[in-house]
Amino acid sequence: MRLSVRRSEPPPPEASDRQIEISLRVPTDLEVVEEAVDLVARHCLASGIPPRAARFRLRVALCEALSNAIVYGNRMDPAKRVDVSVVVTDTAVSVQVRDEGDGFDPSEIPDPTRPDRLEMSEGRGLFLIRQLVDEVRFNERGNSICMILHRA
Amino acid sequence: MSFTFRKDEAKGVVVLGVDGQLIVGNRHELKQKVLDALDDGERKFLIDFASTGYIDSSGLGVLVSLSKKIREVNGELRLAGLNDDLRTLFELTKLDSLFAINESAEEALAAF
Repeated sequence: MRLSVRRSEPPPPEASDRQIEISLRVPTDLEVVEEAVDLVARHCLASGIPPRAARFRLRVALCEALSNAIVYGNRMDPAKRVDVSVVVTDTAVSVQVRDEGDGFDPSEIPDPTRPDRLEMSEGRGLFLIRQLVDEVRFNERGNSICMILHRA
Repeated sequence: MSFTFRKDEAKGVVVLGVDGQLIVGNRHELKQKVLDALDDGERKFLIDFASTGYIDSSGLGVLVSLSKKIREVNGELRLAGLNDDLRTLFELTKLDSLFAINESAEEALAAF
């Protein structure tokens, strides 16, 4: 995995606040998900985001986004990669996960808490992400998800 | 991350501890441990999350599928040791309605 961290402290005059960018290229391999999540969470913690958000909400949401990207996006193709980019500012943490797949329509994912779906063993990933972070955005193609945690 | 495995002989309960994460990369290992124990005739299972960091939807999915398998053979599954964060995952997904959840492993063992 290749991790690059760029810090801009103290803030440049034109920026409203300090900003730290972390980018990580992850192979299409479910075995590395935990390590990738730890790496990103540790750097976010070092940037001073509230420990509970980093420790739990961010970790679970990133874990879900990475597994979705690997399994459904890249369809386990080892030739493909997943790109993670994180921007930590004074007000928010934004995590973008992009795969090399064809994308999907998030509105087609059924509610996993429906009584008829409750005993299914899959289909809770995106639901959990939406519950755990403050904002979720997709690009038009549907192969990139951006998850935002407000720091307030 | 690793799993601990022991048998509480007094209660006849297989106690599994999840040390670290229960996620997409290791869920099959937990599933296989329980399936092997079912094959060996075990019917009572306790999964203790007191040393668990986080669980993802794949981990939750494995618990759902194990709960079904254990129920099919008239067995019993209890979960214990969930901290507030972990418990929130079960509540958000409404899986708290599907599982018997106890505060601690001791309490769960007493309930079998």
